[in-house]
Amino acid sequence: MLLARVVGTVVSTQKHRKLEGGKLLLVQPLSLDDTPRGGELLAVDGAGAGVGEKVLIVLEGRSASDAIGQKAAPVDAAIVGIVDRVDVVESSR
Amino acid sequence: MQLGKVVGNVVLNNKNETLSGITLLLVQPISSAREPVGRVIVAADSVGAGVGEHVFFVRGKEASFPFYPTEVPADAGIVGIVDHWTVG
Repeated sequence: MLLARVVGTVVSTQKHRKLEGGKLLLVQPLSLDDTPRGGELLAVDGAGAGVGEKVLIVLEGRSASDAIGQKAAPVDAAIVGIVDRVDVVESSR
Repeated sequence: MQLGKVVGNVVLNNKNETLSGITLLLVQPISSAREPVGRVIVAADSVGAGVGEHVFFVRGKEASFPFYPTEVPADAGIVGIVDHWTVG
């Protein structure tokens, strides 16, 4: 799982039926110091997140599918929680 | 998933039989600022996308799910056509 920031929303009318009703959000994965890490991703929302919030995302198909209550949905990333706080006790860097 | 733009199509004559009837499109992954990101990939299309359209695609085994029960040997698949997106 990764920490990420929700940076935008995506609207798609014509999409796979298992994605119907789901919310698609643009997320930017973050390092522990909140700096962007890698490129933006598109994730389905399984936690009721909004733009600007820090979230936890899974980058694995089965878990992402579970997060939106579907079996075998063609998704590879999902938001599974909204982050309240991260405590870094000992940084590896 | 990632945003992308369809930039072409791929035609195969001799192909794995499980790929029969499946449209393969060239997709340039893009950022939310519409800048190209990384290399162009070939993706299986399950939503009827066309050249010039903005789409989103899934990577990995999940790319084959729209074609279930056929086990399509694909590692990238277009699963939606994007109407628009908003940043911020």
